[in-house]
Amino acid sequence: MTETAATRTPARSTTADAARVATFAALIAVLGLPGSIALFGNAVPVTLQTLGVMLAGAILGARRGALAVLTLLALVAAGLPLLAGGRGGLGVFVGPSAGYLLGFVAGAFVVGLLVERQRRVTFLGVLLAALVGGVGVVYAVGIPVQAVLTGVPLAETALLSLAFVPGDLLKALACAAITAAVARAYPAAVRRGGREG
Amino acid sequence: MTAGPPPAMAPPRTSTSPVHRLGAGTKLAGLCVCSLALLTVDGPRGAALAVVGVMAVFALAGLGPRALWAQIRPLRWVVVCLLAVQWWVLGPVEAVVLSTRLVALVALAGLVTATTPTAQVLDVVERVLRPGRRWGLDPERAALVLALTLRSVPVLTDLAARVRDAQRARGRERDVRAFAVPLVVGSLRRADALGEALAARGLDD
Repeated sequence: MTETAATRTPARSTTADAARVATFAALIAVLGLPGSIALFGNAVPVTLQTLGVMLAGAILGARRGALAVLTLLALVAAGLPLLAGGRGGLGVFVGPSAGYLLGFVAGAFVVGLLVERQRRVTFLGVLLAALVGGVGVVYAVGIPVQAVLTGVPLAETALLSLAFVPGDLLKALACAAITAAVARAYPAAVRRGGREG
Repeated sequence: MTAGPPPAMAPPRTSTSPVHRLGAGTKLAGLCVCSLALLTVDGPRGAALAVVGVMAVFALAGLGPRALWAQIRPLRWVVVCLLAVQWWVLGPVEAVVLSTRLVALVALAGLVTATTPTAQVLDVVERVLRPGRRWGLDPERAALVLALTLRSVPVLTDLAARVRDAQRARGRERDVRAFAVPLVVGSLRRADALGEALAARGLDD
């Protein structure tokens, strides 16, 4: 564990890291505000909180992306209503969606890991990372925890959560498009932590 | 089920009930133990006991039914769906027991949140992180990040509102990219300026 931390974190940029982690933690919260963003002309209002989780991984990288999600969750645990729909407090960590919150941490990490491996930031590369980490990993953690907490068997729980898959697939697409555009508009956005001098 | 204590009077804002006075760490540890215990409940008697227990703790905290409802209100539709699925898969008794268990869990966690100031919970988080120093965790930096995040939420909320207005003026409010790209770039610019400002003030290592 220490060796990955040592290889990924250039010692010089720790306050820059702190500022980015804090800003993205806040960004995930802001994307959860009810702005009733219509995703790709869709009439169903969805919040963009999971998009924020994917973006944190894709733009900040594995370690800092996961830390941004953890920071948000710490503030939520402390009682601040920063989750989508103004939810917050300790209740969300024992409610049916508790596993998805843990899944967000792992998901942001995996998205970051996959994007870090790519030489250049491309739409398809980020899309793949967002699908695996931001959708696959989040559900892989979220569904079993939901099954345990609600007592509904795993298969039925998985079937229920299918309802949210289309929205999350759209968010993975959005994540890829946004990350590619951000990398063009602000090249410093996707600093490869520790690899550049 | 009838043994529930009488609902308490509406509590004053600065309540000093035994539950409020308990240390945040104690309450969080107690919540962990109670949550695990609640997860082992699998019969009607256990569920009834859980309901009575949760109501008793709420009464002890001087919180009435209204406060209890405020804690479990966000779950109301989830529970309706859940109850239907559980009924269909597991039968009526199991469905009611499992849903009750879940509501009791959330209510209890909500009680800890309602009776514990935010700063105290964050102190506990910092204290829990302290032994992590050995693995490269830095509790002071974690505290800094939490404080920076709290400050950033209103700033980014403003930024999001401005971007949304600008895109609406251009007739592009239905395009998620037109909203998110300027928001993310603006956030990153602010973050990097903030990082430099912190480094300039000697907060770097």
